[in-house]
Amino acid sequence: MKTAALLPRLVLSAALLAPFCAHAAGEVNLYNWSDYIPQPLLKRFEKETGIKVNLDVYESNESLLAKLKAGATGYDVVVPSDYMVKIMIDEKLLERIDAGKLSNFSRVMAPLDKPAFDPRREYSAPYMWGVTGFTYDSSRVPGGKLDESWKSFFEPPAALKGKVVALNDANELYNAASIYLKVDPCSEDPKVARQVQDLLLRQKPMLAMYNSDGTIERMQAREVIMHQQWNGAAYRTREKLKSAVFVYPREGIPFWNDNFVVPRGAKNRDNALKFINWMMEPRNIAEASNFTGYNNAIKGSDQFFKADLRADPAINPPAELRKRFVPNKVCSQKATQLRDRVWTNLKK
Amino acid sequence: MRDPRTVLRRALLLAPTGLTLFVFMVIPMGLMGWMSVLEPDTYGGVRWHALSLDAYVQFWYERDLDDSLILNTAYMEIFLRSFLLAGFATLATLVLGFPTALYIALQDERTRQRLILLISIPFWTNLLVRTYAWMLLLRNGGLIDSGLGALGLGSGALDVLYTPTAVAIGFVYSFLPFMVLPIYTSLEKMDWRLVEAAFDLGANRWTALRRVVLPMALPGIAAGCLLVFIPALGSYYIPELLGGGKSLMIGNLIQNQFGTARNWPFGAALSFTLLALVLLAMIVYTRRFRQAPGE
Repeated sequence: MKTAALLPRLVLSAALLAPFCAHAAGEVNLYNWSDYIPQPLLKRFEKETGIKVNLDVYESNESLLAKLKAGATGYDVVVPSDYMVKIMIDEKLLERIDAGKLSNFSRVMAPLDKPAFDPRREYSAPYMWGVTGFTYDSSRVPGGKLDESWKSFFEPPAALKGKVVALNDANELYNAASIYLKVDPCSEDPKVARQVQDLLLRQKPMLAMYNSDGTIERMQAREVIMHQQWNGAAYRTREKLKSAVFVYPREGIPFWNDNFVVPRGAKNRDNALKFINWMMEPRNIAEASNFTGYNNAIKGSDQFFKADLRADPAINPPAELRKRFVPNKVCSQKATQLRDRVWTNLKK
Repeated sequence: MRDPRTVLRRALLLAPTGLTLFVFMVIPMGLMGWMSVLEPDTYGGVRWHALSLDAYVQFWYERDLDDSLILNTAYMEIFLRSFLLAGFATLATLVLGFPTALYIALQDERTRQRLILLISIPFWTNLLVRTYAWMLLLRNGGLIDSGLGALGLGSGALDVLYTPTAVAIGFVYSFLPFMVLPIYTSLEKMDWRLVEAAFDLGANRWTALRRVVLPMALPGIAAGCLLVFIPALGSYYIPELLGGGKSLMIGNLIQNQFGTARNWPFGAALSFTLLALVLLAMIVYTRRFRQAPGE
């Protein structure tokens, strides 16, 4: 009697469990920035490889670091920015995956084939890259054109007073100011920090605000004339404001990139590697670029770009402009605190 | 003689409250206090065994080039600004809120309920959404700007958004209900025959308000002031969004320390200092208003 009643139950629970077992063998847990990868692309990966992708999202490098340091498990691929990859390597939070030896890695173009934060690509593979320059509305500046220099942004013409916006981000603003002043952004010298502070204090009365949200809408609504901006956002600004011009200042432009890494102890390491390698196929990464509006480091992917994305010099700059890239660096604790003091003094 | 069973029962009944307070108040605050006297780790976090009072020193002094300490007023200025803004919000909501509460309390039962419902309607949506709505209202070419223009009153540019005026508007708007509701609650219970008695004894309306109504409303006013002042002190996205992020508030300052500045001990020390100041305000409040007049 007892066994007779038990059997159907066992069959039932086995049937219920079966799909979970099947998935456990083939899944990869991706932890990415919000709104940074198209769902159809993940679906296609699933169809082509049989590996299911579970997506979870975060908002900042710092929150990602805090989560991994606190011992978060259950992620197989995460997407930190350049400087954060370096921090995670130093903190021993990453699996060594030798991404440089993956079959599709040969397609990775300079400078991201050997970046300073991971020169032999032992821990990371490139995803998107971008630059932080500034955009202006050429229909509303004196003479219809501004000099291709950070001077235009930090010391704008008087007519633009109250019509300029800086990003509300200490690092982006400090890096740009350092490039303009030709000083080391990671300098530990208080005198250098003072120079940066003076420049930012002089610029402040010209600014409408410090704000990193809604940069596209603010330019499109013609609320302001100039905006420190990421090139992907500049591309989307131009969809509605044709007179917007994105500037690659000749002094240099902060260059950042996001990278796939595998956290230490990831359960689906092999699937993670398959996913990373698959994402380095030109057609696949191009689909991600078409969605995010940012370029990637894979040779030959631009032939799969949307026409306007491929034609946009802000996104797909000629070799001449690429020489202006200045990669982000990881600053020492002392330099970071100096930076924070400048930021506090700027806004006290 | 106390019955041991009573003692036990009392202890058991108090246990859940005590445990909740211990787990959710004492432990986190102890952790924060401990963290504030440690050294920061290179990439955020703290060195758990390296004691240091640097975080508290940093609040007052900065190191000069030759490592000598010089007074640094930046953090104090930020604290002062936050306190002034919160103080302004308290005062402005009081000036607007007291007459409102008095008016509502003087209506008949049904009207009162309707008016209270109206006061509470803003709570139905998130404050962040409502702040964004204010940005749309206040911006140049926004609803108020173009409305004034259509009436021939505006000169084309309102220029209010991203100024301290916009922050003040945002504060008064957001915190007004917190002032009206407690004052109304204390006035609602009032015995209005006392006001009639005051009139009979020769008081005019102003004297009656000042000598009878106001003292009765005092506990409500005090509660309202606390309910406005403390959240206003910690609020930072209203100044950030409406003020254009040109000046830091205590909240931003603390957030920066745990984020980009990677200086957790200083962030903890700032939180602790804020806590101490608020606690001080609370002590003053309870001392002053412990005995409500008329009780």
